[in-house]
Amino acid sequence: MSFFVDVTLNGLANGMIFAAMALALVFIYRATNIINFAQGAMGMLTTFIAFSLLNRGLGYWEAFFASLAIGFVLGALVERVLMRPLQGKPELNPVIVTIGLLIVLEGIAGSVWGNTARGFPPAFSQTGLKVGHTKIAFSHFDVFIVGAVLALMVATLVLFRGTNLGLRMRAAAFAPEVARLLGVRVGRILTLGWALAAVAGSLAALLVAPTASFSPYFMDLNLVFGFTAAVIGGLDSPVGALLGGLITGLSVSYVGGYLGSSLQPLGALALLMVVLMARPQGIFARPEARRV
Amino acid sequence: MLAIEGVSVSYGAVRALDGVALEADTGMITAVLGANGAGKTTLLRAISGLVKPSAGTIVFDGVTLTGMPVEDIVRHGVAHVPEGRGVIQELTVEENLRLGALWNLGRRQRRAAMDQIYELFPLLNSRRHRHASTLSGGERQMLAIGRALVAGPKVLLLDEPSLGLAPIVTAQLMAVLRDLTTGSELTVVLVEQNARSALSVAQRAVVINLGKVVVCDSAAAVAADSDLRHHYLGF
Repeated sequence: MSFFVDVTLNGLANGMIFAAMALALVFIYRATNIINFAQGAMGMLTTFIAFSLLNRGLGYWEAFFASLAIGFVLGALVERVLMRPLQGKPELNPVIVTIGLLIVLEGIAGSVWGNTARGFPPAFSQTGLKVGHTKIAFSHFDVFIVGAVLALMVATLVLFRGTNLGLRMRAAAFAPEVARLLGVRVGRILTLGWALAAVAGSLAALLVAPTASFSPYFMDLNLVFGFTAAVIGGLDSPVGALLGGLITGLSVSYVGGYLGSSLQPLGALALLMVVLMARPQGIFARPEARRV
Repeated sequence: MLAIEGVSVSYGAVRALDGVALEADTGMITAVLGANGAGKTTLLRAISGLVKPSAGTIVFDGVTLTGMPVEDIVRHGVAHVPEGRGVIQELTVEENLRLGALWNLGRRQRRAAMDQIYELFPLLNSRRHRHASTLSGGERQMLAIGRALVAGPKVLLLDEPSLGLAPIVTAQLMAVLRDLTTGSELTVVLVEQNARSALSVAQRAVVINLGKVVVCDSAAAVAADSDLRHHYLGF
């Protein structure tokens, strides 16, 4: 029983990270119909920059927020420099470019920081909390993960639902031409969307780094899990991303706990296939959002 | 005054507009009529900047609009209600309206302008918080027009507003257009296949065929010319 609880708690924490990753993918997919395969690698790069800043003696939180800010700038740059010229071309072109970017960023990180795995420090203790006398598989750092991703989700919902900027962003995503006719500067909104997505991706990478084998490839698997979560969530809403993340996190954790950790990626792929076959629009997609 | 001179637009090898020249006078409704594929929609898209003319100029009150980005043309007071799905279905009625005036009005002014639209179209008021996807065709058209009006435009470009509407709803819509322009500075360019109802409210009329202007006259003169009606307007 306690093993089941531990596996569940572990899945919960991982699921929150996948949710952040999924949110990053959803941000861009909703506005452009592009899956950004470089999302994980971009987060990897900003996390390695945070790693260097930490090694230079910067405090943890300074490095943490610097990494998010660099992610913001990186996301905007990728949209302006790489994606903008491909507008109006077939949708596959930008997707291929994001795959190219993934390879380039991992190559750059490998030549700057080396390809061997290192350790990235956690923000808080990673030893399990105690409930009564039993130690559970949920640490202070896991609490931080849950809190940080929930804060990200709430901030996103407030932005979309409660602000004029969010209204512009939704309009630009749903009906770019109509939005332009109403004075929305859709090009700038798109840049901002990529920037915010990269912040979410950087956050996910910062949260994964302490538990992962911290090499330039540490986000590859998380991109797959985040993508699975995003598809399950329907690729169109923050709430869907959150629920998709939790489902993926728990599934992967159960597979790892009961069938062996080497089967985890396979478990995610199986989940992805089942969802795509049974409900291709995602479990949590609102039907109206997918009307073409 | 909106002055269009020698405007040509091509989509690849197809020439949609060929040296079109016309003027839409301030405070008047100018009907643009013609068969399907005559180039009416392209004309509106050229005015609002959605397509770039290969030749010609479009000038509004002394400002050259040709070559300007869509978002900037909006800021010169040109509101374009596109054909069919002008409303954003995923947003609520209120959000659609709010979006219409985000670029030029502050919170309080926007509230007042939106309340005016709700007065003009009381049906919208009772559906404020519903998604636009739940509205009927007539309600959607009212919302699209209301959203264009909320920013207080100088030029209103309407593309087939009567499309798919019951005759009685079309009549209501035309009455609203007449009221809007009576004693105001609002210039309306009304693209319609439904020539009869457009001519009933317009002061001026332009007939387009295969991308060229056939005639440009008072609405009364066009309505009275039976040859022209038979040939190009189908009634």
